[in-house]
Amino acid sequence: MVQAFSDLMKNILDGRFVYTGELEPHKSIDLSEVISWAKTLKETGRVVAANVTDNPKSVGAISSLVASYIIQRETGLEMIYQLRCSDRNRLALVSDLLGAAALGIRNVLALTGDHTRQGDMPTAMPVYDLDGTQLVDLIHRMVYEGKDIDGNEIHGPRPQFNIGAAANPNFKPLEVEVLKIERKAEVGAEFFQTQVVFDVNVALDFLDAVKHIDAAFLIGIFPPRSYGQAEYFAKHVPGVQVPAEFLENLKKISEIPDRKERRKKIDEYNIEYFSDFIRAVRKKAPCRGIHIMAVGYPEVVGPLIESVEGM
Amino acid sequence: MIIVKEKPLDEILGFLLPYESILIVGCDGCTQPPRGLREAMTYAMLIEMRAKIKGKTNLKCRATTVSMQCDNHICSTTLTPQLEGIDAILSLACGVGVQTLVEVFPEIPVYPGQNTVFVGSQEREGGTMHEKCKACGECLLGETGGICPITNCPKGILNGPCGGCVDGKCEVPFEIRDESGKVVKTIVKDCAWYLMYQRLKKLNRLDLFRKYRPPRNRAISSSPRLLEVV
Ligand code: SF4
Ligand code: SF4
Repeated sequence: MVQAFSDLMKNILDGRFVYTGELEPHKSIDLSEVISWAKTLKETGRVVAANVTDNPKSVGAISSLVASYIIQRETGLEMIYQLRCSDRNRLALVSDLLGAAALGIRNVLALTGDHTRQGDMPTAMPVYDLDGTQLVDLIHRMVYEGKDIDGNEIHGPRPQFNIGAAANPNFKPLEVEVLKIERKAEVGAEFFQTQVVFDVNVALDFLDAVKHIDAAFLIGIFPPRSYGQAEYFAKHVPGVQVPAEFLENLKKISEIPDRKERRKKIDEYNIEYFSDFIRAVRKKAPCRGIHIMAVGYPEVVGPLIESVEGM
Repeated sequence: MIIVKEKPLDEILGFLLPYESILIVGCDGCTQPPRGLREAMTYAMLIEMRAKIKGKTNLKCRATTVSMQCDNHICSTTLTPQLEGIDAILSLACGVGVQTLVEVFPEIPVYPGQNTVFVGSQEREGGTMHEKCKACGECLLGETGGICPITNCPKGILNGPCGGCVDGKCEVPFEIRDESGKVVKTIVKDCAWYLMYQRLKKLNRLDLFRKYRPPRNRAISSSPRLLEVV
């Protein structure tokens, strides 16, 4: 039985449709910009938690644990601490998880992580002592048995985490992804946040395929700040399908010469497009929320949610 | 077989210049490409020539080979009679062979002539070599459709494919490097876990694919290992 340790999981278990956001701290000790984004998310009153990325694309950045703690402390917004296996063996994972629990982090998203060869230190040794599924298993044992993965006891109170994992609705064939999700759910994943989806039919097919799995699914969306960003997804993020109509409409807007006007129209278009998207997916039972990955574009999040939920 | 690649001649010469009389020891065992007597003789000639160019005229090489350089008994019986007057040994075997000679002849300097690259198989057409096994000590091939995830997946994960697999291809490009480590060619490789899925599906054994595999016991394969052979 899933216990709610975090506000995110409390909301899910209470049957509320949840929204999560995404924060990406950089290779810097200055968190002020990320904190201001987090404040904007918090002010919406509707974003219940936000992910803090862990060396995304294997580009080394400030520790996601430290950033999660500081942002949560400064803004009061609940964090979803992302933790990847690329850079840590099981000892380091256990240490960081104990530290996170002691610092009041209540959600962890367990990731296998991009290969170090993909990032800005390609000569680094990739670790992968565990993979993402095994990390879910480890966290589950810490929380529910008070033990690490080798069965050693954790002294005193058990860490309290709700356990998340990643899923990819764009995967072909979808059967492979479903088998993986079943495997992750079996060892304790309680919620899944998905890779970015632009095409609503991809999201709907995915939700159909996972409806037998006992976990909460949050569909990932990415409202682009510019045509260039959407085009990047279409061209360079393999597997992600961006509908032609979406791209064409953004392209038209990007030709508006006045910067302010252009921005306003982009906001409006994102809100129109993604509120339709959200309304369609929230009707499907396993969909329990939306993960809005508007990195560096937090101002769109509040109006988007309002347009779906009302004021 | 164990795949080796010749070290640059100047690197080898760098080891050998302080000496005058060198024994070049090939191996008739499993090194690929072969590094037997013929290759030892070629090395002897090349090294002497190169030494002369560098102004060292008194460097002399003798060539020989052993049937298995990783066997200390064979090395000792075959090579001991040939070491009279020898200052240093150049081994053409893999790292195991080099270290066996070091142990058998502690008083003689032994140098490697090869870089040991991996344990693999050879594809005759195209002459490529494929790494196949990391001797992990807990062979999974029975569960994975005969495809080794530890060697073929850059992450070596046991519950794949990872999020980087797109259209059956791996997120990590397969890189072919030259001696200096510079990438000379990159190839997009099939995802090992996707291949496993396809194979196990064909065999009607997706249950094996779906199965959760707990973390590996790294203690089995952590270096150095000592095996008690009975
Ligand atoms: S699983 Fe792979 S690395 Fe391990 S013994 Fe088998 S082939 Fe070798
Ligand atoms: S894409 Fe496949 S082969 Fe490549 S790292 Fe991921 S699981 Fe391994």
